[in-house]
Amino acid sequence: MSWRWGLGQANLLKSSILVVGAGGLGAPALLYFAASGVGKLGIVDHDKVELNNMHRQIIHTEAYIGQPKVKSAAAACRSVNSSIEVVEHQEALRTSNALEIFSKYDIIVDATDNAPTRYMISDCCVVLGKPLVSGAAVGLEGQLTIYNHNGGPCYRCLFPTPPPRTACQSCADAGVLGVVPGIIGCLQALEAIKIAASVGEPLSGRMLLFDALSARIRIVKIRGRSMQCEACGENSTFNQQYFREFDYEKFTQTPLCVFWLSLRPIMKLIFESRISSKEYSEIILNKEPHVLVDVRPAHHFKIVSLPNSLNIPFSTLESRLPEISSILKKDEEEKDAVSESSAPPLYVVCRRGNDSQRAVQYLHKMGFNSAKDIVGGVESWAQNVDPNFPTY
Amino acid sequence: MVETYRGGLELLCDSKKIHNVNVEFEQQNGEDKLTMKGLLSWVRTNLIKERPEMFMKGDTVRPGVLVLVNDCDWELSGQLNTSLEEKDVVVFISTLHGG
Repeated sequence: MSWRWGLGQANLLKSSILVVGAGGLGAPALLYFAASGVGKLGIVDHDKVELNNMHRQIIHTEAYIGQPKVKSAAAACRSVNSSIEVVEHQEALRTSNALEIFSKYDIIVDATDNAPTRYMISDCCVVLGKPLVSGAAVGLEGQLTIYNHNGGPCYRCLFPTPPPRTACQSCADAGVLGVVPGIIGCLQALEAIKIAASVGEPLSGRMLLFDALSARIRIVKIRGRSMQCEACGENSTFNQQYFREFDYEKFTQTPLCVFWLSLRPIMKLIFESRISSKEYSEIILNKEPHVLVDVRPAHHFKIVSLPNSLNIPFSTLESRLPEISSILKKDEEEKDAVSESSAPPLYVVCRRGNDSQRAVQYLHKMGFNSAKDIVGGVESWAQNVDPNFPTY
Repeated sequence: MVETYRGGLELLCDSKKIHNVNVEFEQQNGEDKLTMKGLLSWVRTNLIKERPEMFMKGDTVRPGVLVLVNDCDWELSGQLNTSLEEKDVVVFISTLHGG
């Protein structure tokens, strides 16, 4: 190492870094922070280790499945380097605890997986004046930049208005090749270590775009700090008090935690237009005529699907309405002509029961009054009806 | 002119990420320069195959989409008024949130 780094290592040992999220991005970053000798390393996460995390969250091992990610990650960091201080924050990041946690660290690393948390972390860093190393990865692409550092922009300067909810994909839903967040997480570690050690040129005012499929890395120039920014602009009124009271879920129209989606459906339908997976299994058992539409994306449907279901991904529903009409009509004609002439019931299923509710609401609007959604989607089917049904 | 779509936006135009396009536009008010505004309306008509609302809002891109002209944030070159020339590279990139 060059003489310049000698001082860098001493700086690193004196520094403190907080990693928010011990998932696909946080896993490699934390390991490198521990190995490189960051003096104090904090980890925030509320989640538990699951088997389906393993392909990307390489800090966790099978032995920790079911245990808190923070505990698993902290143990891994300590086993790499016993001389550093590792602090466990086993809680979800909220406006009520973020200021207190962040204020104990020099540098914040955003390794989370959703839009509201990203706005919250950026705003908190602005309020406290902390540099933020922000990374993201979905599918085969990754993005990386540093916010709120050396006069550079904050997250809100770049994205003053939150994107529509339908444009936000999480790794858990959209899928990601494990090594992609791994690479971005490593680059986050690199940038944070550079800031901590005061060496080199930080990736501030620039953004790194990584495209794994074509093996291309592009570094682009992004705008500087915006004087009109609501958070860091000249006339900003964003302070600690305002931050504590800011409703990020409402602002981005997204629950702070993906898991909540299954508990707090965004659109609640009237009770009559929903059935449980158990009730649906009885319909199959009794061979009641019906049509089942699965609105998950085609690649989900290919993994596993319910018997006799028709895949019409939610995004294509509008254009494929005629298809549903003709199937319902055909089934109607096949029925005994003398019996009731109403169309057979139409059921809609998705992964967890959110898109299916949206689909049913839309179908009702378009005149498909018999449409009902299966509560909790195929996950509920696996949990309550068929334990052998694979989940993903 | 080359256009690239990343961060999932390519799904809106036949899953093709890179489009080499030759934009023919009508001269307006005697101006013979193509601007980003003109390009966006051309893209909307000619390239976007589904859900245009995932790409545009009003006459500009929807929130959460970064526009880069020759690797530079269009905010630095005048946004919709950025004038374009032959062989310019325009990238539309949707911000990612996953991790």
